[in-house]
Amino acid sequence: MAEDFKVIVFTLAHEEYGIEVDHVRTIERMTPVTRVPKTPAFVKGVINLRGVVVPVIDLRSRFGLPESEPTENSRIIIVAANELEVGFIVDSANDVIDLNTDMVENPPEVVGGIKAKYLSGVAKFGESRLLILLNLSEVLNRSEIIQLEQFGA
Amino acid sequence: MEMNQYLSIFIDEANEHLQSLNENMLRLEQQPEDISIVQIIFRSAHTLKGMSASMGFEDLASLTHEMENVLDLVRNDKLKMNGHIFDTLFKCLDSLEGMVQDVVGGGTGSADVKELVSQLKQIVKGEPAAPAAAGQAAAAPGASELAMVATHLLLDQYQLSVLRQSIENGSPAFHIEVVIREDCLLKGVRAYMVFDALDRNGELVKSHPSVQDIEQEQFGHQFSVYYISRIPQQELQDTLDKISELESVSIVPLDLESLSELDESRASEQQIQEAVQQVAATAAAPSPASATTDKPNKPAAADAPPARAPAAAPVANKTIRVDIERLDSLMNLFSELLIDRVRLEQLASEVRRNDLTETVEHMARVSSDLQNIVLKLRMVPVDSVFNRFPRMVRDLAKSLGKKLDLVITGAETELDRTVIDEIGDPLVHLIRNSVDHGVETIEGRREAGKPETGVVNLRAFHSGNHVFIEIEDDGRGINQPKVLDIAVKKGIVSPEEAKKLSDDEINMLLFAPGFSTADKISDISGRGVGLDVVKSKIESLGGVVSVTSKSGQGSKWSIQLPLTLSIITAMLVKLGSEKFAIPLSSIVETGIVKRSAIRDLHGSKVIEYRNSIVPVLSLAAVLDSPDYTEENEQETEMLVIRKGEKLAAVLVDELIGQSEIVLKTLGKYLTNLDVISGATILGDGQVALIVDPNALIK
Repeated sequence: MAEDFKVIVFTLAHEEYGIEVDHVRTIERMTPVTRVPKTPAFVKGVINLRGVVVPVIDLRSRFGLPESEPTENSRIIIVAANELEVGFIVDSANDVIDLNTDMVENPPEVVGGIKAKYLSGVAKFGESRLLILLNLSEVLNRSEIIQLEQFGA
Repeated sequence: MEMNQYLSIFIDEANEHLQSLNENMLRLEQQPEDISIVQIIFRSAHTLKGMSASMGFEDLASLTHEMENVLDLVRNDKLKMNGHIFDTLFKCLDSLEGMVQDVVGGGTGSADVKELVSQLKQIVKGEPAAPAAAGQAAAAPGASELAMVATHLLLDQYQLSVLRQSIENGSPAFHIEVVIREDCLLKGVRAYMVFDALDRNGELVKSHPSVQDIEQEQFGHQFSVYYISRIPQQELQDTLDKISELESVSIVPLDLESLSELDESRASEQQIQEAVQQVAATAAAPSPASATTDKPNKPAAADAPPARAPAAAPVANKTIRVDIERLDSLMNLFSELLIDRVRLEQLASEVRRNDLTETVEHMARVSSDLQNIVLKLRMVPVDSVFNRFPRMVRDLAKSLGKKLDLVITGAETELDRTVIDEIGDPLVHLIRNSVDHGVETIEGRREAGKPETGVVNLRAFHSGNHVFIEIEDDGRGINQPKVLDIAVKKGIVSPEEAKKLSDDEINMLLFAPGFSTADKISDISGRGVGLDVVKSKIESLGGVVSVTSKSGQGSKWSIQLPLTLSIITAMLVKLGSEKFAIPLSSIVETGIVKRSAIRDLHGSKVIEYRNSIVPVLSLAAVLDSPDYTEENEQETEMLVIRKGEKLAAVLVDELIGQSEIVLKTLGKYLTNLDVISGATILGDGQVALIVDPNALIK
């Protein structure tokens, strides 16, 4: 039952992460982000993506990692899942690789400080490279935002 | 005719509904136990019925009405679907398709549906399937009557029942034959004068040839009509005699007896036609003998449709339907272009080359024209929906024996095309509801001390970020005890819950699925399909529907719709480095307020504004502005905004100016941001958020 699939590789705080290509719409350079008030801190705001207003979240702060200033390498990965379209701000995104389901293992409880529920697995590939695969529907889970809104208010 | 402009819409929608009916029937055949599919079919049939009736296609309406009866039983678990019912319903769909195709070809959409109608009626009564042959055996007795009635004067079932009802109600019905003089030059005009006189004094039920043909002078020198009159025969005769160049006008009163004769001859006519069709089916070509001897007045049924088709020009291709998604992408592509334009203008001003500047300026002009078109493409005045209602209300009022005025205001209000497309059905339901249940009969109104003529107001207007459509009648209002009673009986609320409900909550029970207060099912409304569909439809458009009512004084249905993708004029304001848009419709005035003029009143800040005390809001504080606060300013710019009767002064950093902006949603990920109602993209490609003034005033 081993299946091949492609993932987009991006980095966050020196770790490598992967999102399945099927969920990725485009990868954009950093553009000006308009702040939206009354939203959780990890929601950076909205951008104009060719005429469509798309919310953008900072994946570092979404996972509780220390935030950093955007650099030349920073990218916004536009993903679509759960009928939502959202941009992820990441440190860099520069690779597409082929993976096989055989290479994917269940995630350990905590990887680099990120809760296991946001992850769908860890893939080993190349010469001892580790790739952390995201569970998009959990990352984009709206109920968490609602909870945060309630605590924030 | 005046209906032409809606015909293409009707055809498109009818085809869509037929398609959905077919698909869902097929699905149901696979899963006969799934009641939710029956619900979908039922709603499609119901809408189709309403549409057909308002367009005047009675045969379509009467067939769908009977289908609805069957489906209603199935939906309420009183009838189990079986092969026979499926077969019959599919036959009905085929027949409906045939009628719609006839309309597309420029025909009248009429067809003989009696056989199917009676089959459906038998199913409703629970009788076993009648073999098709049974009908034919009975053909003989009626045949003798045939000679009496010319075929072209045959009425369909709906028309017959209209005539019958009016005779029972005491309004005289006549069969009028008009012969125009041979030497008359403009016979169409004379005929028009006759119809005009008739229209003023009563109602035309059927005319032969059709009114359309007569108006185009496609008739000989005579025509005949069935007519319900408001004035006695003699007066009618006098009126018609005044029209010159008429050879003769003969008016024959109709009574119930003659009507039933008509009905019988109609039935036998249809059976003979069937026999002819059978002959046609068995023999390779229809025997000319059977066609002519059995039915001298009418060509064999098989010949009729092609003969009629060329009579009127096809009407189907008057509009192009464009997928709204294509308009969306057009809009998005255009926004991109706009951003590049701004960038080009900037570059051109840096490079300072004349030919470049000229080209860029020309491009700017073209693109602003293009912008206007792109934006307007999606906006349609509600008039295109409202237009069909006067006719509908008139017909409804006639058939119910009520007097009614429909007053339309704000028909020029523009709405996004998506909303326009969807809002028609719910409005039809609500208006039918008001006419049928709301407004009382003439006697009822007299007893209540009201003018005989009821008034239904249909209003549309913009308010803030919404468009409101209201339907208000001056009828009897909602009978709340009865509503509660029924809701409890139907198990929609428990008796304990019922006691706690507020008036508004009781009114909202009307929108519960399967609710109906009508004592008897009428053709117009009262099956309880209407209102829950209305509610879910409006909610799917992101709107809200509510109803208020005063017993004895009428009820008001209010639909609030968002301006999804539309253009508003907004005031752009600046708070430090950020820009926001505030809809101009809510802004009363802009001005400058001195720090010293802001006073504290019970812990909240107020200013005196035109002799009244108005609360002061800091937009920077509400929006958590990161780099601006008005605290240290001596003078601050302010906007006075209004929500209903309430005013508030909003302090901002700087007013940029007013601008036409395109509303965009923030997407599904960010919702419930009470103060922010949406976003827009500014000329420089930046996103600016739109502040909802209604949320600022609590």
